[in-house]
Amino acid sequence: MEDMSQYPLELTGDNIPMVRFMNVTKRYGKLTVLDRLDLDVATGEMVTVIGPSGSGKTTVLRMLMTLETINEGVIYVDGKPLTHMEKNGALVPASPKHLRMMRSQIGMCFQHFNLFPHMTALENCMEGPVQVLGMSKQEARKRSEDLLDLVGMIEKKDQHPSRLSGGQQQRVAIARALAMRPKVMLFDEVTSALDPEVIGEVTNVIRDLVDKHNLTMLMVTHQMGFAKDISDRICFFFDGSIEEQGAPDALFGNPQRERTQQFLSAVKEAG
Amino acid sequence: MSLWEFIATYWPDFLKGTGVTAAQFILATMLAIGIALVAGLMKLSRNAVVRGVSVTYIEIFRGTSLLVQLYWIFFVLPLFGVTLDKFTAGFVAVGMNLGAYGAELVRGGIQSVPKGQWEAAYALSMSPAKRMWRIILPQALVNMLPPWGNLLIELLKNTALVSLISVTDLMFVAKQINGSTFLSAQAFGLALIVYYVFARFIVTPFMRWLEGVMRRKLGRA
Repeated sequence: MEDMSQYPLELTGDNIPMVRFMNVTKRYGKLTVLDRLDLDVATGEMVTVIGPSGSGKTTVLRMLMTLETINEGVIYVDGKPLTHMEKNGALVPASPKHLRMMRSQIGMCFQHFNLFPHMTALENCMEGPVQVLGMSKQEARKRSEDLLDLVGMIEKKDQHPSRLSGGQQQRVAIARALAMRPKVMLFDEVTSALDPEVIGEVTNVIRDLVDKHNLTMLMVTHQMGFAKDISDRICFFFDGSIEEQGAPDALFGNPQRERTQQFLSAVKEAG
Repeated sequence: MSLWEFIATYWPDFLKGTGVTAAQFILATMLAIGIALVAGLMKLSRNAVVRGVSVTYIEIFRGTSLLVQLYWIFFVLPLFGVTLDKFTAGFVAVGMNLGAYGAELVRGGIQSVPKGQWEAAYALSMSPAKRMWRIILPQALVNMLPPWGNLLIELLKNTALVSLISVTDLMFVAKQINGSTFLSAQAFGLALIVYYVFARFIVTPFMRWLEGVMRRKLGRA
């Protein structure tokens, strides 16, 4: 058993990060996917995670969404433990109820969009606010329409996902996640399943969010140019830990570690 | 006596019998759907006891003869103080039996919904019940409607067994008229035709229509 007393019940002081991974380890059987990860994401910061496949980068997002459990360590969101909760002055693994309450602060967009096929674009966006936040249909409709407008999908609001292109579906999925007013947004390879000519319409929406909204964002992507443009910080993952991290210009322009250099040149060659 | 003369003479009896068969069919179908849903969901539970109850139920009702189950419910349960009239015993036996088959369809339908749908609903912080009811089941339903069409035709044909506990359904009427007139070919021939028409021109088109409606709801049509 891990000694939980090394982790604070909640984060205190100035400059509490929006997200803190503290000593987080994730294993699948004998395979260690993430090894004692420490990572802070400040409020309003845009952090992009890059790295070869199998380096654990998607796992980072999935753990934060609590889609994956963790084996060791604690994740904090807005200063409060996410993966654990306080019981008699000690941290214990979180109950399903605690997880549900905490993860409502986090929104996520997936590689394959995962829109609900039996609902229109508008209904997809209204589902969370009405069913989870208990908002009135009228209010939820207003909020959803505003967001569909923001992502340029208001004209298609009454279409089912099967009638939309991949890029359009992903934009609706972004609106659906935003409709919950999350503090943290996670983008998990949101352009990887898209045809090259529609990638731009999705990246433009994300660019817009970065420019105009003070959202904390964590993104996994293979679009290096895009990542360089919009990120405050890039984390290069290798073999379950952060090999190197820094400002985009520094990391892309002057990588210090050999593995980072190899990865970036391999990506550049691939094009 | 030709089939036409036979029909002209005995159609009121056959009509009554068909009405009873239709009632047995509808009640047994509703029961089977309810049981299938509950047992199918229970079979997917994380709780081993809940899962065990469902597995036991499915094993018993799928693994033994419907006729024996019918006799148990009608003749044996009264010995334990549970007495059902023959009409009720009839559709309860058929419904419980076909419900066990339906449970497997429900389980399979739910498992056929892509994992990403669970994850998206989870990421919206929906409760487990809402995830199932609002996101997964509607999609599972579309996937399982075609096999349910088959199952309901099976169910209709199985209702003929209730004549053996003297429920006055279509089969009972045919047997009765055969017994008093010895017009076997006409009596059982007409019964065959009615069952076929019921299945082919009422149950099947209804299920097709339902599939169409559900597909449109998914925007697939």
